Amino acid sequence: MNKVTISAFVSGLIFSFGLLLSGMANPEKVLGFLDLFGAWDPSLALVMGGAIAVGLPAFLIAQKRTNAILGEPMHLPANRKLDKRLLLGSLAFGVGWGLAGFCPGPGIVASGALEPGALVFVLAMVSGMLVFRQLERRTR
Amino acid sequence: MNIDWNAFTPLTALAGGVLIGLASAWLILMNGRIAGISGILGGLLNNERGNRGWQLAFMLGLLAGPAIWALFHALPSIEINASYPVLIAAGLLVGIGTRYAAGCTSGHGVCGLSRLSPRSLAATLTFMFGGFATVYVVRHLLGA
Repeated sequence: MNKVTISAFVSGLIFSFGLLLSGMANPEKVLGFLDLFGAWDPSLALVMGGAIAVGLPAFLIAQKRTNAILGEPMHLPANRKLDKRLLLGSLAFGVGWGLAGFCPGPGIVASGALEPGALVFVLAMVSGMLVFRQLERRTR
Repeated sequence: MNIDWNAFTPLTALAGGVLIGLASAWLILMNGRIAGISGILGGLLNNERGNRGWQLAFMLGLLAGPAIWALFHALPSIEINASYPVLIAAGLLVGIGTRYAAGCTSGHGVCGLSRLSPRSLAATLTFMFGGFATVYVVRHLLGA
């Protein structure tokens, strides 16, 4: 195990704790946030706010560097297109998120807690990603 | 709009958000990588040479979180009320959708908004709209 691998593990672990502590890993809490026209729980807006407050200065620094601290090149997305793929993909994702209350990170964290429903969700999500991969190969 | 003050947990939400921001800041500054969970998982499924190590380690960190948390403190409740068919439909939509959009709540919502990317802002507004609209239809039109 090298430093890059250990560092990625640490990031994943802190991310996991953040999802658990914030309530994002609890689908019922997420659905309470998405239920704007019912009894609305605004908590999760603060999750995004807290995350961006820390992320903003970090990404400002990252954008000025060519290499990360451990020496790897800085990988920042170069794609700037606002196209149909982005918007329709995001819409499909949002509908799925609203159906179950799970987005990818919380689904994985809750399956780490061995919740059967989360395991079912993650298996379906992985299948969806494999379907995408097959569709992409066919168009190439 | 009717705010559910009993369910409102501003302190844990904010503190959890700060941890998520720290994890994303750590990964970009130390490793030079975006902490986008759908992207990392999609990368693993594509078996990208040279990326497997860090991608797998990040995923293991996410999965190990609850077990390590439980060593020190009771796990917070995880309430899943959706049926298996709904969870399967949701998972398929999330899997395909996030790969087409090249990102989810973490990649576009946290990392993308943190670097002020207009593309990520468009993605975030779109999936938030999808989530709000779906819950509105399911809970208030269909009454499920």
